[in-house]
Amino acid sequence: MAVMRDMIPPFELYQPTEVEDAVRLMRQHGDRGWVLAGGLDTFDWFKDRIKRPEAVIDLAAVDAIRGISAGEDGGLRIGAMTSLTDVAESADVMDRYPLLAEAAGLVATPQIRNQGTLGGNIAQDTRCWYYRSGWPCYRAGGNVCYAATSRAMNREHCIMGASRCVAVNPSDTAPALVALDAEMVVASTSGERTYPAADFFIGPDIDIERMTVLKPGDLLTRIDLPAAWPNARWYFEKIRDRKSWDFSLMSVASSMRVEAGMIQDVRIVVNSVAPYPVRLGAVESAIRGRAPSEETGQMAGEIAVEGARTLRHNDYKVALMRNLVKRSIRDAA
Amino acid sequence: MLQTEAIQARRGGFTRRKFIKGVVAAGATASVSGYLFRGSGVFAPMLTAQGAVERLITLNVNGQQRRVDVPKYETLAMTLRYQLGLTGTKLGCDRAECGACTVLLDGVTHYGCSILTHSVRGRAVATIEGLEQDGQLHPVQQAVMDEGGFQCAFCAPGFAMSMVGMLEKNPNPTREEAAVLLSGNLCRCGDYDKILNTAMRAAELSRSRA
Repeated sequence: MAVMRDMIPPFELYQPTEVEDAVRLMRQHGDRGWVLAGGLDTFDWFKDRIKRPEAVIDLAAVDAIRGISAGEDGGLRIGAMTSLTDVAESADVMDRYPLLAEAAGLVATPQIRNQGTLGGNIAQDTRCWYYRSGWPCYRAGGNVCYAATSRAMNREHCIMGASRCVAVNPSDTAPALVALDAEMVVASTSGERTYPAADFFIGPDIDIERMTVLKPGDLLTRIDLPAAWPNARWYFEKIRDRKSWDFSLMSVASSMRVEAGMIQDVRIVVNSVAPYPVRLGAVESAIRGRAPSEETGQMAGEIAVEGARTLRHNDYKVALMRNLVKRSIRDAA
Repeated sequence: MLQTEAIQARRGGFTRRKFIKGVVAAGATASVSGYLFRGSGVFAPMLTAQGAVERLITLNVNGQQRRVDVPKYETLAMTLRYQLGLTGTKLGCDRAECGACTVLLDGVTHYGCSILTHSVRGRAVATIEGLEQDGQLHPVQQAVMDEGGFQCAFCAPGFAMSMVGMLEKNPNPTREEAAVLLSGNLCRCGDYDKILNTAMRAAELSRSRA
């Protein structure tokens, strides 16, 4: 497949300074427009000439959606254009939502965290290389999944939640935000809507061409963290090949409230096992009222991997998921 | 913001002060070319759509104001190397995967290959060429000389800029902290031990000069 991989093809560039103008431009250009935040997901698509929008709407100058402030309910509001470095190093986030600070600080490299945004990390597209290389797969509008064929290289692909497409969600901050019951605020020309983090990410059974609820014209403007989870126990772990740069092979995030040695309330979310971050509801109900011990973790790990379906090269993910879920309960602190 | 200002978009009902514009004279430039090439048809696609940015912009590079005509789809590393002649900024992978193009924007490290030049207007761009001041090497440059930190040195300008960014953030890093702060740069010669010696020497020199 001959693909040019150097110069970006021409596009018209807009740099609005207000949300209302950004969403108007997005609506005006529809699916021929492209929203540019940090650009770390964007420029690969452009340089490979696989995505060729006619208009790019650069959000760099929209100051209203950058920065961290206190929410009305005692929580925290993070603008979607806030850099991952600012999230990871914010005193408020480190103090009250260390789970999110940890996840944001483990994304890629310092330079990428300086430029990449929280909104972009959440809304990024999958890294399945068949799809990213421009193969006409289901997700790209075709009728084959190249990653699920008998000779496919699919070590990084999913073990659950597949529906024709077996790509995974690669975001590190997404599982942390789901585990914290965050809410995503989305603007469009028809107004503002709010989605619980768990509903924000969608699987291919709902729409195979999108990873999130965002449609052309929708702009993720803010992430709200509720007051419910500060000072809870938490755990985050990201497994990857190298300690820098790499996307996760798997990540786990947990928030847990423990009283008198027993788990009162808990969220456990695993990413890079499915096309969306997977919240383990069955595990959560099974371990409520139990001690966060090795035995509880062991049991949780077994429940977590029930129904997992492996591909040719990714059965290691079942054992990995079992262990990560166990650690997320046993080692939460 | 230097040399940038929001102005009223000319048509289309967008509210006042809603778009960034490159230079004050750009409107005049566009209207002159519109006059010259009116009716030719050939140049019609070159005219800027309403509300869109102008190509002629002013960049603040190493403390100098540089006027340059930049295509909207051009990345900063391309502009630095091929329009401004600042070839110290290297293009390795061109995919934010090697760090050879590392530059500072307002003192913070970024990959020059993965940001549009138009997105850095009004920000201070620092490249390897701007490190030396009045004939005196920057502590990072001196440390490279002292420690012989690099083998082939293609990655050196990127590493050097990451070290400058590191010192801004943490003037007194441990070796482990330096390794984390420099983890966005690759050395294909595998010279990391000497590079970390260089980073620690740079921190030492920087503190003794301050």
